[in-house]
Amino acid sequence: MTSCSVVLEAPVRRVAIFGGTHGNELSGVFLVKHWQKNGAEIQRSGLQVTPFITNPRAVKKCTRYIDCDLNRVFDPDNLGRKVMEDIPYEVRKAQEINNLFGPKGSDVAYDLIFDLHNTTSNMGGTLILENSRNDFIIQMFHYIKVKLILNKLLHIYFYMLLKDCIPVQGLNYTDSWAKHPVGVEVGPQPQGVLRADILDKMRKIIKHGLDFIYLSFLGEEFPPCTIEVYRIIEKVDYPRNKNDEIIAIIHPCLQDQDWQPLNKGDPIFLTCDGETIAYEGDSTVYPTFVNEAAYYEKKQAFMKTVKLKLTHALSPAS
Amino acid sequence: MAALQRLQPVRRVAVSGGTHGNEMSGIYLVKHWLREPSALQRDSFSATPFLTNPLAIERCVRYVGRDLNRTFTKQFLNSKAARDEPYEVQRAREINHLYGPKGSAEAFDFLFELHNTTANVGACLIASAQDNLLPMHMCHFIQTHCTPGYYPILLYNLPDQETYSISSVAKHGLAFELGPQPQGVLRADLFTQMGALMACALDFIDLFNKGTTFPAFEMEAYRFIGSVDYPRHPDGELCAAVHSKLQDKDFLPLRPGDPIFQTFSGEEILYQGHTTIYPVFINEAAYYEKKIAFNKTEKCSLSIPALQRE
Ligand SMILES: [Zn+2]
Ligand SMILES: [Zn+2]
Repeated sequence: MTSCSVVLEAPVRRVAIFGGTHGNELSGVFLVKHWQKNGAEIQRSGLQVTPFITNPRAVKKCTRYIDCDLNRVFDPDNLGRKVMEDIPYEVRKAQEINNLFGPKGSDVAYDLIFDLHNTTSNMGGTLILENSRNDFIIQMFHYIKVKLILNKLLHIYFYMLLKDCIPVQGLNYTDSWAKHPVGVEVGPQPQGVLRADILDKMRKIIKHGLDFIYLSFLGEEFPPCTIEVYRIIEKVDYPRNKNDEIIAIIHPCLQDQDWQPLNKGDPIFLTCDGETIAYEGDSTVYPTFVNEAAYYEKKQAFMKTVKLKLTHALSPAS
Repeated sequence: MAALQRLQPVRRVAVSGGTHGNEMSGIYLVKHWLREPSALQRDSFSATPFLTNPLAIERCVRYVGRDLNRTFTKQFLNSKAARDEPYEVQRAREINHLYGPKGSAEAFDFLFELHNTTANVGACLIASAQDNLLPMHMCHFIQTHCTPGYYPILLYNLPDQETYSISSVAKHGLAFELGPQPQGVLRADLFTQMGALMACALDFIDLFNKGTTFPAFEMEAYRFIGSVDYPRHPDGELCAAVHSKLQDKDFLPLRPGDPIFQTFSGEEILYQGHTTIYPVFINEAAYYEKKIAFNKTEKCSLSIPALQRE
């Protein structure tokens, strides 16, 4: 026999907004800097909302990172490293952030963190969900999506990380230790470029996200909802030669087609000699992060996802 | 009408990619041609491909010490090697030695530069000034013979200004500037287009070398006249982004009173000039540090005399 018990959680009250986790993703950098100067639009009475630049040196140099990717060092090993002269800048920064907004897994940690990112891929506005069982976030995503559709603003896409079934470790992203981590990824925007249209999309996502948190804080109940999400199943590298050099490019038929179905036989790469390489998988997948600049070094041409639905039956405030 | 002009045949031709190490189309094309040089061969000559800034390419950054493409001036080319000099100064001297010396009779006949921009310039052809006839005829040939596309011509040199780009090392030069493409990203459409441009340009040289007469013509070009910086806070931080109505509108007319920036608080900033201009390189990533939100150009009509080899 199983019994369904609803755990009453304290409402989400302390919210951080991180910009510049990657220093050349400028929408978050400039929004956070603007809100640090003039934060009226992100304040909601009763909530504590803190805008924060996470990697100031990378922001100053307009580069993704200084020593290593800040978004990959929030693991217990790195957070526990002794502060010495020679530890990478980003590891030191991660410890500092953990002290300010964490500590990871503790009661005093911030309740929710928005981590603002841009991509060169044509992904539109994407909210990154790391846990398929997080009902509060499912409700928030649904709320934002409805608001954006009502305002005819943009399509919003959702995907979950593959590791969502593996408990705790493995998730080492900048926001992963908050109770509710939310990655916000908006594109396409080149690194080092600030586009007004992309900035505006990100700003609206945050506005509606904060509105939802505020309404929940006031005790509003939300009806059951279902959202469509894309779960990452595999990363695909570029074709390479023996010297590890890339020998083919994302095919024009796949370029900019994030979230569109990819079927067996569809072209995915074009070699420098003009030959087409086709997708050979048997099942339909939905590629995303297609031709993201920062993923060349991570050996990733695109990610394959599958589409699925998540249903939440209970109001988070119940 | 100006008389037919005659120029020496073009035998020694080089193609440089990766002058900026994160502009991927040229880097990957040159790497491809280094493995398979046949695409650069014609009856009357073979072009030599080379990677311009290997260290920047390896790190996928624009430059390591300073912008290489602003380093081909007398000041740097004639400097003595110094221990603490930027890597690009040493590399500029090396390139000048291999393909120059700039301004000398031994210099290469033609040098191509391959670039990308994050701005929506299409396939822009950049020459230093209209008085260099060979590149002007090449531009015209590309516009009339290459696959259909938008090939605006930009003349970048201000009157009496010393040339500073890599192609200025050779007797003649032309830059292909393709966009929009993010830094560090290789798009198949631009890669293919840049390859087609190169093939067309080499066909032109081959015809020229074989004695073809290229008749006189009129053409439209955009001449660089200055640049506009972003609005900034007193501490130097940007306080506005390029206006969404100006974004991606390279080479289109900008009239007095048109919006050019929007501040983060939502105000519009309008263009205050007195004449219509044609903005280019709008929101180019590499120009934030150069304090350029966009370049201003004026549209001009040029009369180019007929050309044949000597
Ligand atoms: Zn990022
Ligand atoms: Zn360039």
